[in-house]
Amino acid sequence: MSSNRTIVTEPDPIFGRLTLDSIPYEDPIIMTTFTVVAIGGLGLIGSILYFGKLKYLWDEWLTSVDHKKIGIMYVIVAMIMLFRGFSDALLMRSQQAVAVASESGAGYLPPEHYDQIFTAHGVIMIFFVAMPLIVGLMNIVVPLQIGARDVAFPFLNSLSFWLFVSGALLMNISLFVGEFAATGWLAYPPLSGIEYSPWVGVDYWLWALQISGIGTLLTGINFVVTILRMRAPGMTLMKMPVFTWTSFCANVLIVVAFPILTVSITLLTLDRYIGTHFFTGDMGGNQMMYVNLIWAWGHPEVYILILPAFGVFSEVTATFSRKRLFGYDSLVWATVCIMLMSFLVWLHHFFTMGAGANVNAFFGIATMIISIPTGVKIFNWLFTMYKGRVEYSASMWWTISFLLTFTIGGMTGVMLAIPAADFVLHNSLFLVAHFHNVIIGGSLFGYFAGITYWWPKATGFTLNENLGKWACGLWTVGFFMAFMPLYVLGFMGMTRRLNYYDNPVWNNWLLVAGAGAIIVLCAIGVQFYQMFASIRDQKSNRDWTGDPWNARTLEWSTSSPPPFYNFALLPEVRDRDHWTDMKELGLAYKKPTKYQRVHMPKNTWAGVVIGGASLVLGFAMVWWIWWLAILGSAAMLGAWVIYAFEDNKDYYVEVDEIEAIEGKRYADLDRVNTKAINYQESDATTISV
Amino acid sequence: MANMVLKAPRPGYTGYVEQEHHHDYGGDTVFGFWIYILSDCVLFATLFAVFAVLQSNFAGTIQAKDLFELDYVLAETALLLASSFTFGLAVLSANKKSMAGLVVWLGITFALGAGFLYMEINEFIHFTHEGAAAWSSGAWSAFYGLIGTHGLHVFAGMLWMLVLFGLLFKEGLSDNNIVRLMCLSLFWHFLDIIWICVFSFVYLMGVL
Repeated sequence: MSSNRTIVTEPDPIFGRLTLDSIPYEDPIIMTTFTVVAIGGLGLIGSILYFGKLKYLWDEWLTSVDHKKIGIMYVIVAMIMLFRGFSDALLMRSQQAVAVASESGAGYLPPEHYDQIFTAHGVIMIFFVAMPLIVGLMNIVVPLQIGARDVAFPFLNSLSFWLFVSGALLMNISLFVGEFAATGWLAYPPLSGIEYSPWVGVDYWLWALQISGIGTLLTGINFVVTILRMRAPGMTLMKMPVFTWTSFCANVLIVVAFPILTVSITLLTLDRYIGTHFFTGDMGGNQMMYVNLIWAWGHPEVYILILPAFGVFSEVTATFSRKRLFGYDSLVWATVCIMLMSFLVWLHHFFTMGAGANVNAFFGIATMIISIPTGVKIFNWLFTMYKGRVEYSASMWWTISFLLTFTIGGMTGVMLAIPAADFVLHNSLFLVAHFHNVIIGGSLFGYFAGITYWWPKATGFTLNENLGKWACGLWTVGFFMAFMPLYVLGFMGMTRRLNYYDNPVWNNWLLVAGAGAIIVLCAIGVQFYQMFASIRDQKSNRDWTGDPWNARTLEWSTSSPPPFYNFALLPEVRDRDHWTDMKELGLAYKKPTKYQRVHMPKNTWAGVVIGGASLVLGFAMVWWIWWLAILGSAAMLGAWVIYAFEDNKDYYVEVDEIEAIEGKRYADLDRVNTKAINYQESDATTISV
Repeated sequence: MANMVLKAPRPGYTGYVEQEHHHDYGGDTVFGFWIYILSDCVLFATLFAVFAVLQSNFAGTIQAKDLFELDYVLAETALLLASSFTFGLAVLSANKKSMAGLVVWLGITFALGAGFLYMEINEFIHFTHEGAAAWSSGAWSAFYGLIGTHGLHVFAGMLWMLVLFGLLFKEGLSDNNIVRLMCLSLFWHFLDIIWICVFSFVYLMGVL
């Protein structure tokens, strides 16, 4: 693409370097995708207008500051982006399945397109699938788990979401207008410098990440404050549910690590836009510094992705083993250890860059040490299941699949932590297999377990369990088929990011991997069908009690979905498994005698408007349309100032309204026999250890 | 943890709070702002690290020690330190519910901040003229990256002051405005501390 395109170096005052020539007409794959997206998009907008839902959408969703709705929107965007990121994966798998030097030739993707695809795949899966899935789950669950009515800064939460959406949109615009980076997901210079990437691809990368990264940073601050200051009375730190603990550690990591990303990509932006020499190869720049900086953020980032998933598994295992979590304290301390140590291992991403034997030894040993607290957690979950009455629900399936898959990924990680071995394995498909092994088998399976587990809480009805088990089974089989061959190929010397190879021995393994990817495609298909079928059958899957799994923590004490204020009366916590405690004491589902009015934030337009303006700013900066960039920044700032001057950002929900909502809740509860739920769980929870 | 059997609850325990206490939203905001300051510390720490790596990479361009004029920077520093002091007086006025005092001292703080920025930009223009521009060499990129980011923060703080003047005009010494003033105060003093590090590590060590 960029190869046969004239690079505009003298920008037009109106259009910058954007010309009609910037649209990749000649690429049939992109044009077909564009047609499908355009038709789908127009159809969606058309049906919203046709059914007159625009006002509903604006009032109830786009301007919402309700953490539950924001969480649901995060998950929806993430699932859409998963679709795109996985399409990229299929393109790569099919290209490598055929691109062996034989009669079939060089496959169907030219190098410059293939390079954009693997870059986009990585960027999308990390920033626009994994991050929003985890932030979405945290949004839905954390305030409910700690007995709060919203997050500490509801407007900032909405703003975070819209900045993230803006980054995701910018990322997708790059598919149809211009190009995306062809540098790999972390855009190392000098390849990402202006000399070797002269057109807009890297700029799209820079601005998409910058904008969504600021949103993530705000989320981090928001949740740290929420968890530290808004817990229900009685919930001391060591009585917090484990998912809240792991989310807390992940958010601390966001607060401390994301500024490093902000700086790294700002400096790369300056190198590209005004010709500074931070990371250039000449005039005193230092390319190694970029790699150090980006991984000083990047390694904590992988723990941001995995820690909340560990929290999900902890909740799921305890609930479905019908036991208290084994070794809560050790699990919390292991999480905190990982949080601290995640800043001491970044150099293992580039052992081969020549930092010297002693430096490599330090980081190799640190990397091996960080696997110890992770191992502790594995035993926490195993011992929770031990002698429990394990119920093999769909979320438990994901958990067990995770335990097996993640342990293998962890062990190959320890192999890569040995600098001497890393010199052989680095940049090979062994590495690719390893990180997919931990990110899919660890983080993603965790998010799927979490979505299955908390879906009824967010929507009011459960997901189809049977289809969930099918999805899990297919994902697991597909994952092993797609990635175990890559370990083998790594040992056989195949490096990553090849769009073409001339060793026919590799081909069979790549065909197996391609078949695995197709099984994963089936798994994703089953997941989408599962959601569709569950929404269709929601009447029969309705969760009337708010506690469909007979679970243990606070979020299950309220209705499904919870009222917008979450808790009519704030809980008073005396045990870390508060809801189990309530059920044992026979206090669950008791209607309080009187209610009080509740203080709540109002919806605001400001988040979506500022987010929209940030998209304008990003697009203008990518294309050097300076006047529009100034306009975009002014709109962002202006909207914020106008918002600051607004009165009445919050209000009181009066007792009448609460009584009406709660009255309905208790009427719903009468449909089921709550007496049977208020049981003495004596044999399961009163075991002395 | 030897025994997981919980004690019996206190008499009258219902599992929920009978009478809610007022939640301290202002306290949340100030605490959240501290957390933001923490993240900003990391941002500056990263820029200082970049400066430490690149500081001697002049690559043949003019050296820092040939350009830095400590007297000039000392005057600049004095302006910023004085502005921190006057901000303190502004907060004291707010505590005494003196709107006039608050506006005057905040105005003086704004002027001192503007003076600091004027001197800084002047220095940048002078350096650029002397062949030490942001794009001249790695060392100068790091210099402008670090000090420019600090300057941008000062500029943001001044914009914030303007907005705060408007809000003070609109709603006086409201609780919200006091919280805003506290956050801005944290921000302003924080920038002062960063500048002391800049002065020590960039200018003082630069002329060695």
